[in-house]
Amino acid sequence: MTENLAKKNTRLVQILVLVAIAMFGFGYALVPLYNWVCVDLLGLKDRADIQQSIADKRALAKETVYTVDKSRQVVVEFATVLNGNIPMIFSAQTQQMKVHPGEYYTVNFIAQNTSDRAIVAQAKPSLSPGAVTDFFEKTQCFCFVEQTFKPKETKIMPIRFVVKPDLAADYKTITLLYTFFDITDKK
Amino acid sequence: MSVFSAKRYDGDDHNTSHNLHEHHDEHHDDHHGPAKGILRWVFTTNHKDIGTLYLVFALAMFFVGGAMAMIIRAELFQPGLQLVQPEFFNSMTTMHALVMVFGMMMPAFVGLANWMLPMMIGAPDMALPRMNNMSFWLLVAGVLLLASTLFMEGGAPAAGWTLYPPLVLQTKAAFPFAVFSVHLLGISSIMGSINIIATITNMRAPGMTLWKMPIFAWTWLITAFLLIAVMPVFAGAVTMLLTDKFFGTSFFSAAGGGDPVLYQHIFWFFGHPEVYILILPSFGVASTIIPVFSRKPLFGYGSMVGATIAIALLSFVVWSHHMFTVGMPIIGELFFMWATIAIAVPTGMKVFNWVATMWDGAMSFETPMLFAIAFVVLFTIGGFTGVMMALAPLDFQYHDTYFIVAHFHYVLVPGATFIIMAAVYYWLPKWTGHMYNEKIGRLHFWLSTVSVNILFFPQHFVGLAGMPRRIPDYAIQFSDWNMISSIGGFIFGASQLLFLYIVIDTIRGGTGEKVTNEVWEGARQYGGGIVEGLEWTLPSPPPYHTFTEPPVIKSILPH
Repeated sequence: MTENLAKKNTRLVQILVLVAIAMFGFGYALVPLYNWVCVDLLGLKDRADIQQSIADKRALAKETVYTVDKSRQVVVEFATVLNGNIPMIFSAQTQQMKVHPGEYYTVNFIAQNTSDRAIVAQAKPSLSPGAVTDFFEKTQCFCFVEQTFKPKETKIMPIRFVVKPDLAADYKTITLLYTFFDITDKK
Repeated sequence: MSVFSAKRYDGDDHNTSHNLHEHHDEHHDDHHGPAKGILRWVFTTNHKDIGTLYLVFALAMFFVGGAMAMIIRAELFQPGLQLVQPEFFNSMTTMHALVMVFGMMMPAFVGLANWMLPMMIGAPDMALPRMNNMSFWLLVAGVLLLASTLFMEGGAPAAGWTLYPPLVLQTKAAFPFAVFSVHLLGISSIMGSINIIATITNMRAPGMTLWKMPIFAWTWLITAFLLIAVMPVFAGAVTMLLTDKFFGTSFFSAAGGGDPVLYQHIFWFFGHPEVYILILPSFGVASTIIPVFSRKPLFGYGSMVGATIAIALLSFVVWSHHMFTVGMPIIGELFFMWATIAIAVPTGMKVFNWVATMWDGAMSFETPMLFAIAFVVLFTIGGFTGVMMALAPLDFQYHDTYFIVAHFHYVLVPGATFIIMAAVYYWLPKWTGHMYNEKIGRLHFWLSTVSVNILFFPQHFVGLAGMPRRIPDYAIQFSDWNMISSIGGFIFGASQLLFLYIVIDTIRGGTGEKVTNEVWEGARQYGGGIVEGLEWTLPSPPPYHTFTEPPVIKSILPH
């Protein structure tokens, strides 16, 4: 009886400890699980920004030609943010512009390293409202690669983008925000 | 393997010389009392001792976390900064939550489980008594480690109990200590849970089938599975934070291709089941107390168990309702909204069952019953605001406001904490053999219940009007309700000193009235669900070792 009970307890403990260890890995597996269950099995759309960056990379090779919609204009606003205490000045050359869907435009961003050390920085885009992500395509962007700034260096960095003509008419304003992150220490 | 061998007929596992005693199992060791001196509490493997340790620890932490809440309410008494710096204020909100959740509520329920589960299911002790001792002391180590961060350079964590990056990564020296403390607390509660599952699975007295178990045992069994499933997920999340901060990974760092929103998903996959870990044992206690003082069997035993399982399962698929505003696909918002609303169904079943149990009963209103009834009413208010917030479009207004604070305090203070108090009043005479002072008990109840509503109800109003949570200062139009809320808070805090007095007084002899085995009229008949309440067949206080011979299980249902 007691021998048997000890054996049963041991077995149960072993199983439950394994469950606990497996669940420790669950958080690490969440992204692959998402891609498998939600994207592949359920066919839900991929996370919008991931898709955007895939689209960005594909677009690098070739600019798709769209029919330009001359009948309407969309306001695209540009905003910039510096993450943490990164010693830089960062701005867009124009605060906003009116664009025709389907037409390609180029905008310059200016960034200066104000410190006496070299900085490696990575810019991350964010589009608002989120639903326009699929309809905003960048073919050239300083955010595609890491940017290295020599001490005191100023860089003028273009982006080239198009608002796709099938963007719903409800969207009259799109805000494109770039955040520069200092990744010097990660190098 | 002796760590896995609590033997049914070996009562002598309360000291480390366990193996030496094994050869004279045949003479029962019931006459053995506890070891003498302070070391009794350090080395004890007796479920009653460990239950007491957990409960005393929880009571101490109740006052530590409560003192932090008093600092918060004192600062919020008026707009502007009066008493503390914003950074310290944020440490207080963070530490208050962590201490109350991991130091008070969870240990209190584990303490109740340790004390009551073996007695309820007719077992001589927990299945793994040495692991039981270890999980208690790991809890103490974890909480002390957490508390030590208060004295570190840069202060304790101040990013909220959710520890969201990137904010939490700005924590100074305290950061790795907070992470390791979470690891210790996690290991402690996983060990506690494994012990509870092993006890319930393998140690039930003959005849005590799963479907005859008291509801408290059922709710704890389900809670223990939740704990094993989600505590490691939290441990994983904070480990990722740790490697992001110190080892160059980028799980949550946008610069390196990660995403801070991922942390929120992982955290709430833990966090939502976690809040049910706090509330499911509460349901179990309510379902134990209400029938006794209604002098009727529990209404809908089977549906109570089913509803608990349903709530536990649903808790795994609702986590994103904590983060409706992060920008999810509409299909995601809808899924998590409907899944969350679905939880109202089993929860509503429980509330109806409690009301139906009271219906037409010969009710009496001793302090445990008062707290249990307040639990049903006030928890339901918290449940209703929960349904409001489950509605994704409306949640955009409530998100990160005091409305949220009001909601979860309603479910956790007059919810979980009140039911812990009900449990203490209900079982304290059994544990000590003394009767508590009923008059002061009722005074404690009425002061607590009135003040807790003065404290939290106005927070709904300021929340709906837009007052954000986790701020030390606020716009002038929120002044009046905040002042009222603070006054309620001070009364509530002071009232708990009565509780402390009652507990100490009862341990030292209470009213002097000799309590019977049954303590409460009807406890034996109605205190065990559909079988006789086994703990009430034992003397009060019960001997150090109980049910070394399995008891006879008697059904209370008519044949």
